[in-house]
Amino acid sequence: MSGRVLVGVKRVIDYAVKIRVKPDNTGVVTDGVKHSMNPFCEIAVEEAVKLKEKKLIKEVVAVSCGPQQSQETIRTALAMGADRGIHVDVSGKDYENLGPLQVSKILAALAKQEDAQLILLGKQAIDDDCNQTGQMTAALLDWPQGTFASEVSLEGDKINLVREIDGGLEHIKINTPAVITADLRLNTPRYATLPNIMDSLMNNETELHKPNHRTSLCVGLIPLFETVAPEDMQGGTDRSGAMLRHTVLQSGLGLHTRSLVVFSIGIGKNKTKLGTV
Amino acid sequence: HTHILTRWRSTFSRSAPDVASHQPAEVASSFPPLQTYTEEEGMMREAVKKYAQERIAPLVSKMDENSHMDEEVIKSLFEQGLMGIEIDPEYGGTGSSFFSSILVIEELAKVDPSVAVLCDIQNTLINTLFVKLGTPAQKEKYLNRLSTDMIGSFCLSEAESGSDAFALKTRAEKHKDYYVINGSKMWISNAEHAGVFLVMANVDLSAGYRGITCFIVDRDTEGLEIGKKENKLGLRASSTCPLNFDNIKVPEKNILGEVGHGYKYAIGMLNEGRIGIAAQMLGLAQGCFDHTVPYTRQRVQFGKRIFDFQGMQHQIAHVATQIEAARLLTYNAARLKEAGRTFIKEACMAKYFSAEVATLTTSKCIEWMGGVGFTKDYPIEKYYRDCKIGTIYEGTTNIQLSTMAKFIDKEYNV
Repeated sequence: MSGRVLVGVKRVIDYAVKIRVKPDNTGVVTDGVKHSMNPFCEIAVEEAVKLKEKKLIKEVVAVSCGPQQSQETIRTALAMGADRGIHVDVSGKDYENLGPLQVSKILAALAKQEDAQLILLGKQAIDDDCNQTGQMTAALLDWPQGTFASEVSLEGDKINLVREIDGGLEHIKINTPAVITADLRLNTPRYATLPNIMDSLMNNETELHKPNHRTSLCVGLIPLFETVAPEDMQGGTDRSGAMLRHTVLQSGLGLHTRSLVVFSIGIGKNKTKLGTV
Repeated sequence: HTHILTRWRSTFSRSAPDVASHQPAEVASSFPPLQTYTEEEGMMREAVKKYAQERIAPLVSKMDENSHMDEEVIKSLFEQGLMGIEIDPEYGGTGSSFFSSILVIEELAKVDPSVAVLCDIQNTLINTLFVKLGTPAQKEKYLNRLSTDMIGSFCLSEAESGSDAFALKTRAEKHKDYYVINGSKMWISNAEHAGVFLVMANVDLSAGYRGITCFIVDRDTEGLEIGKKENKLGLRASSTCPLNFDNIKVPEKNILGEVGHGYKYAIGMLNEGRIGIAAQMLGLAQGCFDHTVPYTRQRVQFGKRIFDFQGMQHQIAHVATQIEAARLLTYNAARLKEAGRTFIKEACMAKYFSAEVATLTTSKCIEWMGGVGFTKDYPIEKYYRDCKIGTIYEGTTNIQLSTMAKFIDKEYNV
């Protein structure tokens, strides 16, 4: 066992920021907006560092997929105690189309490349709330998965896990290598102390990977969804689901399995909600 | 001008391999605005902001009411590396820059100026004195502790000598290889928790200020008495105590620097500490302002937000401008010091102006909050009480102005 843990860290809009929709309704405003590490990813990093401190694993590698700024997120992970970072460079149009399926393919490829024993992720990201990456990664690798973990303990080459599920708490035991996704109560992430921040800046061990057909990280970055702004709808008082479906079908926007239509609901003069069907 | 640029660039690139990631590449080649931070400074500021909000903010009110700094806060300040910002990692410090200290003090002051002053005195006065003047043995003994668990106090003022600092009467008599110190000090910050005291005493009163010497006095020295802490208007969580020295014996090796040079060291350190206080007042003003503006945007009277009244807008914009000006003065003074250029006049200006701005801001904020601003349920009145000391300690406003005038006089001396 290599004793190596991959921790996925995602750069998202900071939780405290008030989100604003772009004027063209194709998404939210991200320019000049404060970004930070996804809170669930912080919990994942903390758990990995804790395991290393207990000497149960040997190395924590922080991975982030995104543009140049993702390196800040990796640096925060390093300041929290990760040993090195991997930045998978995805920018521009590719970044807009980057979703859980692509990220999980990247993570799966990296896990094989790095001979990882464990992949720790946050249960979901606070921007898309997909809650898919961990599960997909495990499936692609054919590894066991322990999602929504609120307690993790290593026992030899097995992992005892407590999961927070709808019905309460579930206790499971899974083999390694495995994928674990962190839930809120798993731990309280530490602050990056100032000396650790200094160390992380001296750390030049962040590799850059560019996924393309030449590298092993070749993943298909085909857009999985498109955003369409509908024509202005007249405001109505009936906002029930049936009315919604009827309007969508009427407008001719067919729903195919590979597309997710995002549109806004007009109420009188004000478009107030972004809804998905 | 090229001189400024190279100096700037060398500070810029010293601590991080790349320019702050938000800045486009062209910025580094032209004159960056004052609010430009290295990646290291940016990360530190973010970390301290988060820490202060989560670990200190919930305790502020209680600490103020009880006039007592929570031990947890002190412990976490050390744990976060905030008490040894400029100390070399070799001695357990963070190994960062003066400007980082300034940013840290500003961020702490936004939440609690009492915590900020504890951090400020440790970093800008105590640590700097040891780093600049300490013998290898002294550094070995104290620097490690100062960055990990021990607070220091700077003891200059006495009951009869505040602004007239060099008229101090605490005397040190030489005996063989030790000194016997007698006298008392007043207004000593951090005294309640300090483990080491830097005491300015005069070895030869007939020589006037040229006899002033800096002595390192450990807390457990026999004859050292720490008096009851003052019951203050503001900065209540920061302990301020009188000190009594009754025939205390201090070995010769505990002299910091040279005999009779204490006055120089005091002036030198206070010039730098001034910028720290400016940062504290700046943070205080900003923190108070940040609590108040959201209220004005929510509070509705006569059918609109009170923020929307032109009278309010003009006042708010005026105060925001003053805070911005204070920020620029403070940051510039800090950068000048880092660049090794003369900075004393600018440091005086920063401290004087920031303290005045803090007074203006807090006073206005209470008015804008109306009745609730006057109650202890809201944090505003605490900022109002805390700000007043800014015009008094580490050099009163009048002293700052006189010092500035001396420099101005020299400038026109053709």
